[in-house]
Amino acid sequence: MPSLLEQYLPLVIFIALAAIIAGALLVLPFLVAFKAPDPEKLSAYECGFNPFGDARMKFDVRFYLVALLFIVFDLEVAFLFPWAVAFKEAGSFGFWSMMFFLGVLTVGFVYEWRKGALEWD
Amino acid sequence: MIDGWLLNLLLIIVKSVVLTVVLLVYLAYAIYIDRKVWAAVQLRRGPNVVGPWGLLQSFADMLKFVLKEPVIPDTANKGVFLLAPFVTAMLAVAAWAVIPVNDGWAVADLNVGILYIFAISSLGVYGIIMGGWASNSKYPFLSALRSAAQMVSYEVSIGFVIITVLLCAGSLNLTEIVRAQDSQYGILGWYWLRLLPMFIIFFISALAETNRPPFDLVEAESELVAGFMIEYSATPYMLFMLGEYVAILTMCALLTILFFGGWLPPVNIAPFTLIPGVIWFVLKVTFFFFFFAMVKAFVPRYRYDQLMRLGWKVFLPISLVMVIVVAGILQFAGSAGAN
Repeated sequence: MPSLLEQYLPLVIFIALAAIIAGALLVLPFLVAFKAPDPEKLSAYECGFNPFGDARMKFDVRFYLVALLFIVFDLEVAFLFPWAVAFKEAGSFGFWSMMFFLGVLTVGFVYEWRKGALEWD
Repeated sequence: MIDGWLLNLLLIIVKSVVLTVVLLVYLAYAIYIDRKVWAAVQLRRGPNVVGPWGLLQSFADMLKFVLKEPVIPDTANKGVFLLAPFVTAMLAVAAWAVIPVNDGWAVADLNVGILYIFAISSLGVYGIIMGGWASNSKYPFLSALRSAAQMVSYEVSIGFVIITVLLCAGSLNLTEIVRAQDSQYGILGWYWLRLLPMFIIFFISALAETNRPPFDLVEAESELVAGFMIEYSATPYMLFMLGEYVAILTMCALLTILFFGGWLPPVNIAPFTLIPGVIWFVLKVTFFFFFFAMVKAFVPRYRYDQLMRLGWKVFLPISLVMVIVVAGILQFAGSAGAN
């Protein structure tokens, strides 16, 4: 499909250009800057102490919960995109079926709210 | 045949280079505006030494970043550590490929432009997560977790806001979205008035999405020092800042395109229509960037639980209901309610 290629070729070139700029800037100081490494400078920062234990530690489960909720709602948005574009063609059947879909998701949203999944304190 | 193809390729490369260079120079002055506005609010002078009125400050800063010693901590995961700023900066710049700065002036005028930007800005979280995890240090790790949760939370409401605009415009192409706002009413016909609540939600969510104050909990100095960027120095640090500011400009450009008529003049009469669209576009982006800078200067920082409450319990329900309301108006009042 030549038209598809024509449409996406500029995108590939632009991303490649962005990568070249970012890459060049990343490498530059390693080539030109003065370097004097020593153990104190290379240790991880922790308010002037030597690091206590490992930084790969346990974290609050709520972050995980937020990520899960995000997946649900982002997928919902992804479903809404084609519907919104074809809104006029979809007619009243399309409208009501999407309202039903949103209604089901709203029930889920109310449930997680009542369960306290959105509380941070 | 081959020549025509080669010429086309060359044209694309020239367009890409011009857009990137203009974007980066504009970025340098956006940072300058940011610092000047912040200084003016606090009755300081701001940068005023390098060049006339400090106009070359950002370039001097860049030179200094390049000449600084790059430090990679011993305990860090070196590959991922260096990949993180690269990914952040590259993705932020890559989003500009589809943004039309004037009628037909987009490097890649994709028919799914808004979807591409939505996807790219979602990937932006990876740079921060990678940087925070690979540093193998406690503050960056906590900051990366916070930042990821914050960004994904506000992305949901941004998604719903975009849906309402799409309902009105009926296209995923950014050029088409701007054209749909062209009417004899000029500034009053743009979507900001029709979708005013969504416009406000998008602006605030954009602040949160780009980790700007008052939502800069990622690098809340009093608790997390410099957030996920603590272990970074020299250009890896600069690339994070560059990514952050380019993301802000992308958000300003999106505000301009989705709600403020892109390159369209505010009034459809002679002196305004004579000014080229690209100037209107830059003026509008600068206008929104000015608000980003003012919010930074005025508004105290949110607490983390307040931030999550605002995202999930206020913006998400409001934007969800607004999608239904806008769709309902379009369905039952025809185009009369929306136009």
